[in-house]
Amino acid sequence: MQFEMPSLIPVLPELFLLTMTCVILVVDLFLKEEQRVISYGLVQISLLLSVCIVYLTSGAEAEVIFYGSVIRDPMGDVLKVAIYLISAGAFLYSKDYLLDRNLFKGEFYVLGLFAVLGMTVMVSANSFLTVYLGLELLALSLYALVAFDRDSKAGSEAAMKYFVLGALASGMLLYGISMIYGATGSIEFPQVAKAVAETGMDNMVLVFGLVFVVIGLAFKFGAVPLHMWVPDVYHGAPTAVTLFIGSTPKIAAFALAMRLLVDGLEPLHADWQGMLVILAVLSMALGNVIAIAQTNIKRMLAYSTISHVGFILLGILAGTSKGYTAAMFYSIVYAIMALGGFGIVLLLSRRGFEAENLDDYKGLHDRSPWFAAMMLLLMFSMAGVPPTVGFFAKMFVLEAVVSIDMTWLALVGVFFSIIGVYYYLRIVKLMYFDKPTDDTPLTAGLDTRIALSVNGLMMLALGMFPAAILSICAAAVGSV
Amino acid sequence: METFYLIIVLAPLLGAIVAGFWGAKIGRAGAHWVTSSGVGISALLSIYVLSGFVSGSRELFNGTVYTWMVSDGLNMEVGFLVDRLTAVMMTVVTFVSFCIHIYTIGYMAHDEENWPGGSLAGANSYQRFFSYISLFTFSMLMLVMSNNFLQLFFGWEAVGLVSYLLIGFWSVRPTAIFANLKAFLVNRVGDFGFLLGIAAIALYTNSLDYADVFARIPGLADTQIQIFGDTNWSLISVIGILLFIGAMGKSAQVPLHVWLPDSMEGPTPISALIHAATMVTAGVFMVARMSPIYEFSETALSFVLVIGATTAFFTGLIGIVQNDIKRVVAYSTLSQLGYMMVALGVSAYAAGIFHLMTHAFFKALLFLAAGSVIIGMHHDQDIRNMGGIRKYMPWTYWTSLIGSLALIGFPGFSGFFSKDAIIEAVHHSHIAGSGYAYAVVLIGVFITALYSFRMFFLVFHGEGPRDSHAKHHLKESPKVVTVPLVLLAIPSVGIGYLTMETMLFGDWFNNVLFVLPQHDTLAELGKGIHGPNSMIAHGFMGPALYLALAGLIVAWFIYTKKPDVAEMIKARLAPLYRALDKKYWFDEAYQFLFAGGSRGLGNALWSKGDRFIIDTVIINGSARTVGRIADWARTIQTGYLFHYAIAMILGLLLLLTWFVIA
Repeated sequence: MQFEMPSLIPVLPELFLLTMTCVILVVDLFLKEEQRVISYGLVQISLLLSVCIVYLTSGAEAEVIFYGSVIRDPMGDVLKVAIYLISAGAFLYSKDYLLDRNLFKGEFYVLGLFAVLGMTVMVSANSFLTVYLGLELLALSLYALVAFDRDSKAGSEAAMKYFVLGALASGMLLYGISMIYGATGSIEFPQVAKAVAETGMDNMVLVFGLVFVVIGLAFKFGAVPLHMWVPDVYHGAPTAVTLFIGSTPKIAAFALAMRLLVDGLEPLHADWQGMLVILAVLSMALGNVIAIAQTNIKRMLAYSTISHVGFILLGILAGTSKGYTAAMFYSIVYAIMALGGFGIVLLLSRRGFEAENLDDYKGLHDRSPWFAAMMLLLMFSMAGVPPTVGFFAKMFVLEAVVSIDMTWLALVGVFFSIIGVYYYLRIVKLMYFDKPTDDTPLTAGLDTRIALSVNGLMMLALGMFPAAILSICAAAVGSV
Repeated sequence: METFYLIIVLAPLLGAIVAGFWGAKIGRAGAHWVTSSGVGISALLSIYVLSGFVSGSRELFNGTVYTWMVSDGLNMEVGFLVDRLTAVMMTVVTFVSFCIHIYTIGYMAHDEENWPGGSLAGANSYQRFFSYISLFTFSMLMLVMSNNFLQLFFGWEAVGLVSYLLIGFWSVRPTAIFANLKAFLVNRVGDFGFLLGIAAIALYTNSLDYADVFARIPGLADTQIQIFGDTNWSLISVIGILLFIGAMGKSAQVPLHVWLPDSMEGPTPISALIHAATMVTAGVFMVARMSPIYEFSETALSFVLVIGATTAFFTGLIGIVQNDIKRVVAYSTLSQLGYMMVALGVSAYAAGIFHLMTHAFFKALLFLAAGSVIIGMHHDQDIRNMGGIRKYMPWTYWTSLIGSLALIGFPGFSGFFSKDAIIEAVHHSHIAGSGYAYAVVLIGVFITALYSFRMFFLVFHGEGPRDSHAKHHLKESPKVVTVPLVLLAIPSVGIGYLTMETMLFGDWFNNVLFVLPQHDTLAELGKGIHGPNSMIAHGFMGPALYLALAGLIVAWFIYTKKPDVAEMIKARLAPLYRALDKKYWFDEAYQFLFAGGSRGLGNALWSKGDRFIIDTVIINGSARTVGRIADWARTIQTGYLFHYAIAMILGLLLLLTWFVIA
């Protein structure tokens, strides 16, 4: 076999991040406790440099290397940049929280960076095997992160549940992949798509495999009825980890869906559209309704995530480039909103105090009018109130659904998001109309404050100029 | 020419703006100078216009000043139509308005006493009052000079607004606020009909311009429309009646008359200007202006006639039992407005306008004289407390006498010619309702004389005021008050004698007022009359004159010679007295039916519709339902790993059965 040295340029960002992760792992060993901030700095520098590298290696043409296993295309580039930047934000918000809880360790960042690497591998995957590789790298890092606070019973319990259920889901996904391999004889997406188009949709084995793949996918998204892990993990994990799990992995999940369903199984669109409709409706309904009954903000945001996942699925199931654009826009916007939302939770938490209960938000306006306003923007955006960006995210998705003549589905989406407005506005009500029960001043550092302000104002700025991100998404999806 | 007419309209507006916005800066004198000179300029120019028409040197003007917008082929414009009718109205309006501006300087001189100390609304109230009456003059000129329905409606609403503002001028008095709200709401009813009428015109002629519309009306004379079900209605009748409903509101015709007596809560100058001389006659003017429409519908004319006659008679009766000096004059105004409507109903438009003009002078005079008495009595308005004022206020006494004689139609006075013309025109008419109308307007003459001189004798003759304190302070009002009285007394006496020939029987209103030959009652009447002296002579042959004299004598007898007769009659006719005293219970009925009814409806909608159905059932009900579902659904999340795994497997099975097996 002739071994040809492949061009490594298309995977340079991943290679760079992997190298840096290993470097940080080693450097961290030699640092004293009080020098730990150096690792943190290195992490942020690595992420920002990765963004630069993606920018430098980007191009309009898709490049496939490693014998069809890996692809670099504009959609991947955009998603990777989003993942790097939002992860950097997540690490930034987490710093103070981790320092306060004696969790400020190199391992946190190494695991975090491996998770980021896993996500980018998923984004770049061009075969079932690569997808699975990235998925497991992400999942294993996250299991460990959830249990990062070893003394926390809730954290350990959540990690255990996450791990067992994740293993089950991975098994299902792998089983589905094996079915598809059996039916098509390939694990590379283009070949699979070609084979599926030839055999047609009547192939029972293919549809059988598809169901398992969709189930595995739904687990990653946290779509109903595979959402059970989401509230427990969000609740049990340290808030810094919840922030991380709640934001970027949604972008990775979107990439996963695009690679598996669109790149690989596009000819089966009619089938997976039906499955996604069920998942989306259940997610929007259950997520929004149960969120109302929550008293813990982390659980509430967990259910809110589930409902947002329903919206992302709406965009994907449309099966048109308009729908994919809308879903991509939605997942990036959602990641930013979730980053800000949990960022505020971190901001209010301090040593020995977790701002987990809704009552902790009472009278925030009296304590800090500025961050109350930021939270207001974030909540409005999540609820989909114009002119915040969340409104446009929802509108584009609904437009995509309406344009494929599934108006009823759009109405269902609207109906449940109206119900959802309640629990977002309840936070606003608590912040502005109730008296504070706690007058402790906020302790967050300047970097967090600035980043959170930018994060909150982005809701408004992107809402005014949604085309900024939307056109990037449209260009990226257009090349799929 | 446009500019010339624009000056007439805009001079009062400018005065109103300056006095209204910069009243505090220019002070009291500044305010009354700027507004009075604005109206004075308008009055002079109006008289000049009128004299141009009299001498025949002036041509009819009909032109657009400004096109506001064109919507679906419908031109909405500001434009002037100045013909002989307009010229008469302009002159009357501006002249009376000018007199009232001057009179107000005296009447409102101590207005600060009418406000509680430190009241913010009372600050610069003097300037504000002048601003309002100038604004009224502008609005009224816009109304009468309009050449299209849109501007007519603008003027119509604008005078209504100013009337509202002025009735409630003393906004710290609950009665004033009640009265202006009442006026506003009752006028809403009329304006609703008016607007529908204009809409019908726009719908069927696709134009708002008078000339266009009038040209198309004969072609629509036989058009039938269906409003409710299959009943056919004559389009012209519908339009005529709808427009007249507007006139009923503005000119206070039964049953929309209830606001006018209450409007006496406003200061006396505006009672004279708006609620006697000008604004309330807008309905009369409008119907006369629309004569090309009304002539094609006898139904509408009969409607006008019956409503007018009813108003003339029944409101006059109420005047007999009133004790508030201003209210007596107010009921007299209602009654005289009824006479004008009667004239219109029998197609004697010229007689209606003629009575409008003479009435404007003598009624403004009576109101201002009443105001002068009120000043002398220190704002006590009850005529039972007055008496013997004659010797203290000679100018007021003599001008009042002139006004009262004009009102009752004493031969030679202006009111005689106009009222006699109306009565005779009704006599010659043959349309439905003319018999009834003739009877009531004749009796009305007696009633008019009775209530007018009852008031006159009670106020000016007999013993002095009961309150010796008031007696001590009684003196003639200042020059600014008495001069307008004299100014108005002159036309009250002479204007009828001078103009009756031209206006009633001459060619003055040719091509302005349109009368079909078969309706032309005035021409019929004119056959036997040649000049004013002939008319006076003719008057001695009819019953009206004797009825008026009888009324005068009865009033003299009862109220100066035998006051106990009045008490006796009152006791004998107790039920009738009660009905009159309660004004036929119109107010109570409206208060109960409409005010109470709409409040009840509103309450019902609020408590049942809004609070129960919307708030409790729909809003809170759905919220509670969702909340209950949420509380139940959260129990799915048991926390047990095996439950979670089962849920995943069940989800898998669901999709499998759905998509693979099915």
